[in-house]
Amino acid sequence: MGWLDRNHTIAPPGFNRWLVPPAALAVHLCIGQAYATSVYKTALVKHFDASLTEIGVIFSIAIVMLGLSAAIMGTWVDTNGPRKAMFTSAVFWASGFVIGSVGIFTNQLWLVYLGYGFVGGIGLGIGYISPVSTLIKWFPDRPGLATGMAIMGFGGGALIASPVSTALLRLYDPNSGAQGWVASGDAVGKLFLTLAVVYLAYMLFGAFTIRVPADGWRPAGFDPAKVKAAKLVTSENVSARNAIKTRQFWLVWVALFCNVTAGIGILEQAAPMIQDFFRQADGVSLVSAGVAAGFVGLLSIGNMAGRFAWSATSDITGRKRIYMVYLGIGAVLYVVLALAGSTTTILYVALAFVIISFYGGGFATVPAYLRDLFGTFQVGAIHGRLLTAWSAAGVAGPLIVNAFLDAQGKPGQLNAASYQPALLTMVGLLVVGFVANLLVKPVDARFHESSSGRGRNEPAMEA
Amino acid sequence: MSTESTPAAHTPVKASTGRLAVAWALVGVPLAYGVYETLTRVSALFG
Repeated sequence: MGWLDRNHTIAPPGFNRWLVPPAALAVHLCIGQAYATSVYKTALVKHFDASLTEIGVIFSIAIVMLGLSAAIMGTWVDTNGPRKAMFTSAVFWASGFVIGSVGIFTNQLWLVYLGYGFVGGIGLGIGYISPVSTLIKWFPDRPGLATGMAIMGFGGGALIASPVSTALLRLYDPNSGAQGWVASGDAVGKLFLTLAVVYLAYMLFGAFTIRVPADGWRPAGFDPAKVKAAKLVTSENVSARNAIKTRQFWLVWVALFCNVTAGIGILEQAAPMIQDFFRQADGVSLVSAGVAAGFVGLLSIGNMAGRFAWSATSDITGRKRIYMVYLGIGAVLYVVLALAGSTTTILYVALAFVIISFYGGGFATVPAYLRDLFGTFQVGAIHGRLLTAWSAAGVAGPLIVNAFLDAQGKPGQLNAASYQPALLTMVGLLVVGFVANLLVKPVDARFHESSSGRGRNEPAMEA
Repeated sequence: MSTESTPAAHTPVKASTGRLAVAWALVGVPLAYGVYETLTRVSALFG
């Protein structure tokens, strides 16, 4: 299948680089469905007669596979180019839904683990990193804006999948009008098959639209010397194998881990947390379940908007400074949330909105940060390895919050004070991340790729 | 719209406006729908 190879995707002269962001978005909007699994979670619990934890394992396997496949396959993605990577991701992601649907139709939960979790999770990891290094190369003048656009799609994917999945479940289930309706397994199976077809089509559109720039291409009026003038930005290149030997990689890993852990702490607990913060002495919350659901929706918007807005801003401020904002101002906002968040709902909502926008911003800015430090040579592979920080934070964030809350009381009895230990622990984490980011310095020259065999600034193996 | 160029050829970009519009619509319309649906839920916060 030579038409998938990188050399078949080199853009002809005159190719408009603004076609690349929608190609990247087509992939990220599809794999962002991973954050909309709550739509059919109850239906699967009922269908398989399983516990919430057993069904939650499907999502956990997918996220672990995302981190692992991004880390392991990153170099392959960089070597083979974005079209082959997006095509592979599309096949894995769609196959995951098909295998999962067979598991639902035949009542075999392990097949859903294998399909959506394992196979689909590989599609998630490859799809997540596949367009990033290509965007960075098309937008050397605005890498933060470019990666922000794509990674915003991952946040936006759930916003689309959630209402569409609900509508399809109603369509496929003849009993959808019944009171207290929970979708049937048959309806969820059909939903999976529909999503497989739609996502495959969208992701293939992305795969066949994407192009890589020709060697030596640069945007009109772009002066690499200006970019190089920034202290932390290198025009050298570091391989993925060498990058993980540098202090800078692990400092950025710690900064991302701390930022994500703190954000997940709020996201995971968002709906019950706002109700608990405004629980009165008689145990009744001033915030209804409907309002809490609206709050969760607002956080989703903040998460998505932060990915684009903050990452684009980092092109002006520099990556290190914007991370100082995420972690430093983030820590201050967390303190205010912990100590004064329960005074008014407006203050609480505003604080949480900005904190979650920093969480999203951290994800979207980090590929450009890696480009600044390690060059473009294997930035996709380095990004893949860095995403292990996400996997680790995905475990640590909920663990920290749940452990503290379990010690404070039972759900329904918690109040604002119950959250203080967990939130102040997150402040400590953000301070650790702030210090780690502060310690980031340019990478030592001994890690740079030698110029023999290829030009230092024009690596042959680019995606 | 960008005005990219390849240094070797200095070819001016002729943007395929139609293709660009279709590509952006394919991703922009679903995303706008998702944002709209979410904002409808968010309105409960301020209602």
